[in-house]
Amino acid sequence: MYDILIIDDETVINEAVTKIAESEGYKIDSCTNAIEGLEKLRKDTYKITLCDIMMPEMNGFQLLNEVKSEGINTCVIMITGFSTVENAVKSLNKGAIDFIPKPFTFDELISSISRGLEFYEIEKRIKESQLGNDDGEIIYVACPPKYLKLGNTSWMHLEYEGVAVVGVTDLFLRTIKTLSSIDLLSVDDLIYQGSTCATLHTGDDLVHNILAPIGGKIIERNEKLVENFSLLEKDPYFEGWLYKIIPADFEYDMKYLTHCSTERV
Amino acid sequence: MKRIKQKFNKIALKLIVAVGVTTAIIISIYSVFNLKAQSDLLLSEFERHANQLSNSIIKITRTSMLAYDTETTHDIINTIGKEKCIKEVRLFNKEGRVIYSNDPNLIGMLVDKKAESCYVCHSSEKALEKVPVDKRARIFRLHPDSSRIMGLMNPIYNEPSCWEADCHVHPKTKKILGALDITMSLEEVDQAQRESTIKLIIFALTSIFVLSLIVGFFVKKWVDTPVSNLMAATREISAGNLNYTIKDLGNDELGILGRAFNTMTKKLAEARMQLFQSDKMFSLGRLAAGVAHEINNPLTGVLTYSSFLLKRTKDNPELQEDLKVIVRETKRSREIVKGLLDFARQSVPKKHKVKPREIIDRAVSVVNNQLILKHIKLEKIYEENLPLITVDADQMQQVILNLLVNASDAINGDNGKIVIKTSLTNLLPYGMTQIKTAVCPKRHNLIDNEVKIEAMPTIKVKIKTQKLSGYLNLDPIYGKNRHHYSIEVKPGEEIDVSCPRCNISLIEEKELCPKCNSRIFTFESPPHGMFEACTNINCDWQRWQAIDEGGEKTYVKIIIEDNGSGIKPEDLSRIFEPFFSTKGQKGTGLGLAVIWGIIDNHNGSINVESEVGKGTKFTILLPVT
Repeated sequence: MYDILIIDDETVINEAVTKIAESEGYKIDSCTNAIEGLEKLRKDTYKITLCDIMMPEMNGFQLLNEVKSEGINTCVIMITGFSTVENAVKSLNKGAIDFIPKPFTFDELISSISRGLEFYEIEKRIKESQLGNDDGEIIYVACPPKYLKLGNTSWMHLEYEGVAVVGVTDLFLRTIKTLSSIDLLSVDDLIYQGSTCATLHTGDDLVHNILAPIGGKIIERNEKLVENFSLLEKDPYFEGWLYKIIPADFEYDMKYLTHCSTERV
Repeated sequence: MKRIKQKFNKIALKLIVAVGVTTAIIISIYSVFNLKAQSDLLLSEFERHANQLSNSIIKITRTSMLAYDTETTHDIINTIGKEKCIKEVRLFNKEGRVIYSNDPNLIGMLVDKKAESCYVCHSSEKALEKVPVDKRARIFRLHPDSSRIMGLMNPIYNEPSCWEADCHVHPKTKKILGALDITMSLEEVDQAQRESTIKLIIFALTSIFVLSLIVGFFVKKWVDTPVSNLMAATREISAGNLNYTIKDLGNDELGILGRAFNTMTKKLAEARMQLFQSDKMFSLGRLAAGVAHEINNPLTGVLTYSSFLLKRTKDNPELQEDLKVIVRETKRSREIVKGLLDFARQSVPKKHKVKPREIIDRAVSVVNNQLILKHIKLEKIYEENLPLITVDADQMQQVILNLLVNASDAINGDNGKIVIKTSLTNLLPYGMTQIKTAVCPKRHNLIDNEVKIEAMPTIKVKIKTQKLSGYLNLDPIYGKNRHHYSIEVKPGEEIDVSCPRCNISLIEEKELCPKCNSRIFTFESPPHGMFEACTNINCDWQRWQAIDEGGEKTYVKIIIEDNGSGIKPEDLSRIFEPFFSTKGQKGTGLGLAVIWGIIDNHNGSINVESEVGKGTKFTILLPVT
């Protein structure tokens, strides 16, 4: 049983990731193509799989599809040099739990890995509870119906015609440690779907970027949250909202969002 | 050889040869018939003449014969025989013996009745007694190369005076006493015939030559020159020179073909330009994406290792400082690559409410260095507290940037100055609003994309004066009167206005122009109701009620003014057209057309004023919503 599998056709990246992961005490395996990676995933258990998108023979999206269709138990995190927002959003929509744009720093990688491992644990507990070992504990609070979410990271809700509220999902917050501070953008700033709209700092010195669910212009931000960021953890879907925005092109962004009503706990 | 073959393949030469051959055949047939008729006429005339002569000889010698005066008869025969064209005069008796002749050696000789001269009568055992006049003549040659000779045998019939004469040589029972045979040379006739043949040949050759020359001239003028022009144009186009146009080719089919060819080439050039431009952007985008992808991998190595080292060397502050620089600079590279990818991506236009000066300042920051290098002074006069405008910030920044670059390009030498001015202005729709739709009562589209005024499609209606009929292309800006008339219309002249497609009248019968009392015409501009205008060419009255009712609108006015070289008046109306460029090879000619498209997309307007040598002023109006 491994913690991490890294699949990238660039050995320098494999080596760097391996070094960093091992320095943090994770058990990691690596390979340079997706076919070999898939073999490894079938044989062994890997909690998370870090996978490049652009690879010869089989690309990251194909691997993700295989993992999903074969029901392999691993959390896929995409890495790619093609760091267009479109790619990020697309991979989240296809079932990846996270996305790291190349080039990334030590902190960015470690934060993503730690979230991934937490997510793996949560998924395991969900499965256990479905098998009847329900001890009544709430694993995480699903986002309300009528809300739309981007992957498992952020949500949006059309408050009234032309204004959308944006926030972070409880599932995302459960994968990180206790917040130590929070960085928000200011009013009048523009945000784009799939790019960072807020940064959460946690007690373990990690930094977590929140990807915006839709693009638009910030018209109001939750000042209460700046004063008291614990509000986010207490009530992420109502009191803990981040911004109110005027969507730039809601119809266009809609394609990559999923309805929260499909989420089951 | 190939060249000759090519020459023969030319249409002009083929036509000339065809005309030449046809002329030759016609003239030859005509000549053959003409010569034949001429020759027949000449011969029969000659024969008549010979017959007359023969009869005369018989009549002249009659007296001496009756008197049995042989001497006189000989004399007469000899005298006549001395005539130039007469070769022989012979008088035979019934037995075929020559009694008289101009050649004394022949006298007394017996001719064979089967001889050719006698054959006419003596072909059968029993000789003919009556011979028709036209059968008496015969034509023969003494030698194959001597001239032709005509012989004429004239029988001498017995008459009462002959047998009653004192000499009693001829008994009463005989019907024919003998025959007079004259042979005459046809040399003169042949000569005349030869001459007329030569004349005919000369005539034929001259007319073939002249006709070919005339046909050749017109074929060259009407067919060859236009066709070679077309061929030259085709060669130019196939060689890639799409700017080539065929000069005026007249109004015939080839002229129309030439014009169609020119239009086609123009369209082709535009399409190629568009293709080239989009291809360029596409390749650039792909290149950027490729570079970004390639660079990102090594950058990841640098960034991960350096940030890893940064974590591991927390107890070494000296090393930390240096490593931080590496991490910071690698992150900067990451931002550059991201910028490259953002550029490569075809972004969907996204409109936001923004401050006008923010956009202008962002554009200025891009060209500022360039302006400083060229010693161009930039003056910014911003009105305070301008309202927000809803625009695509990136696109609008591109507009300002393009205008600034154009202004900077127009400035040569020192003392260059660019002024950017912003202000708020309230304007009536009159003189501002563009008519974008127009239909006749039968819903035919009146918008004409062929004739444009300041790159905007016009409204085309049919007009008719008392004498002429033509078209009027209406200025699409409500209240501006830069119309195009295809015919001359006098001020105050009454005109009919109708739909060019269905001819339905657009004249409003119930109302007259409130300004000049002329008739008015009207059409619908959906969904903004009826548009009305005066038919009088000198009257500028127009009314667009639905738009007027909207009242004044607030606009943010952005003026970008330079003191550069200016734009020539003839270019001024065309600068917003795609592919129109005064920068030659340097520009793509898309800049101002794209700018116009962006401004139009934002329901704004852009105007240009310019004077050569003094500078250019662009005025942009953007609606505040």
